[in-house]
Amino acid sequence: MPRSVGGGRASTSVAVGAVTTFLLVVVVLPLAALVWESKQNGAHAFWQVVSSPEAVAALKLTFATAFIVVLVNAVLGTITAWVLVRDDFRGKALVNAFIDLPFALPTIVAGITLLALYGPQSPVGIDVAFTRAAIVLALCFVTLPFVIRTVQPVLHELDVEMEEAARSLGAGRLAVLRRIVLPNLLPGILSGVVLALARALGEIGSVVLITGDRPFHTEVASVLVMLRVEDGDPAGAAAVAIVLLAAAFVLLLAIGGLRFWVTRHERA
Amino acid sequence: MPSRLGLRAAALGYLLVILLGPLAMIFYRTFESGLHPVWQALSDPLTVHAFEVTLEATAIAVPLNTVFGVLCALAIVRRRFRGKGILNAFIDLPLAVSPVVVGLALYLLYGRTGWFGGWLMNHGIHVLFALPAIVLATIFVSVPFVAREVIPTLRELGTEQEQAAATLGATRWQRFWRITLPSIRWAVIYGVVLTTARCLGEYGAVAIVSGRIEGVTQTATLRVEEYWTNFDTAGAYAVSLVLATIAVLVLVAMTVTRPREDAL
Repeated sequence: MPRSVGGGRASTSVAVGAVTTFLLVVVVLPLAALVWESKQNGAHAFWQVVSSPEAVAALKLTFATAFIVVLVNAVLGTITAWVLVRDDFRGKALVNAFIDLPFALPTIVAGITLLALYGPQSPVGIDVAFTRAAIVLALCFVTLPFVIRTVQPVLHELDVEMEEAARSLGAGRLAVLRRIVLPNLLPGILSGVVLALARALGEIGSVVLITGDRPFHTEVASVLVMLRVEDGDPAGAAAVAIVLLAAAFVLLLAIGGLRFWVTRHERA
Repeated sequence: MPSRLGLRAAALGYLLVILLGPLAMIFYRTFESGLHPVWQALSDPLTVHAFEVTLEATAIAVPLNTVFGVLCALAIVRRRFRGKGILNAFIDLPLAVSPVVVGLALYLLYGRTGWFGGWLMNHGIHVLFALPAIVLATIFVSVPFVAREVIPTLRELGTEQEQAAATLGATRWQRFWRITLPSIRWAVIYGVVLTTARCLGEYGAVAIVSGRIEGVTQTATLRVEEYWTNFDTAGAYAVSLVLATIAVLVLVAMTVTRPREDAL
């Protein structure tokens, strides 16, 4: 290896030390306090909160809506990415720019925005306020960019000649899609899906105003956590939060695994 | 080809229903009853103060996260050390963790009975329900963006130019300021834009740690919530419109600064 431009061992320690300390203080320490707090109360108390009817209903609803939203994203996100890369129409660049809007728009505004169109005063006659459909709609809004933005670059790289060769050898359109396009897009779709799933499970801003205060019906886990804190029950909030945190860790591992898989494929 | 048109219709229809329709609607709804209610809401001292709190937190969080992000990317791409994989994974953590979990974690750490809360309170330092907690929450949720943008650009960049400069006698600082930073500047700017957007729009974590004290710890997003829950939809739309306008400006900035292959 040639002389490293990164610098010597001493400067490595300083840089890594600074970065690690920052991350420890800002990110790891608070989460450790959360885990510690929920352990303080014992496994029994934890289980009692998590298995309470309200918490079970909230967690079920959270995971169910997140899975629906992720499926919608996988299908429509991939189609949208395909259209944005392979198709050509006027205003494509503008549409492409707007895909990132959910990343830029505050989530609380996203919720109000959806209610403006699909709320009680809907000009199109659709009112989903305070229903489960509203949750799905809001989550679809905030997770929109993930799959599109992970699939787009893969589609750009994908050689059209490969598909043309398959077509010239007699493969039908479906066969090309199933044998060539989808297998190549799969890592991209999965990465986007995992990111969207993480986002959907924890989302609060866009759902808090449009679901109303309806336990057992439209109360998702994140809203339950917030209500518990406001009711002066941080221990109860912590128990539900631990479930969300565990899900986040699992999804983070999945992202790491996917990244490893993709880079190994690239090298092979 | 009919299937091409079908797919185009599906994609554009979806975007219209989910994205563009609602966005257009909010601009329409805000001005539905004229300019007066909009101006009234925006000139309310409490609203002005809410925007000030949001800007203060953003002004502290963005520079800190930018320096951290660049340093972190340099460490991960250019250095060899133990635990690099763990560091790499932990940067992504704020992307996966729910904002309410972040808020609760800070609440427990800096609350009266938390590890630090009691000691800090005895020394007259208020973190929870004050600006420091809002800043900490904002930093937490926006940690990954700069690092995530800079890492791939640094990988592409390689080290040849810097090695050449080093053999010509350039010091480490000269190499950083004259070669590395100019080469990664678009990625840094893109990351800063994303970080800023995230800071301005943070709701869940801030809602828990701020205590929502009107005129003290209320941020712009909490102001929207306050107006909405008090059935003052004109006020909620007015503040939302300002935030949405900022979002559209951010979008323009993102489109202009997005790192491209040819930018290297």
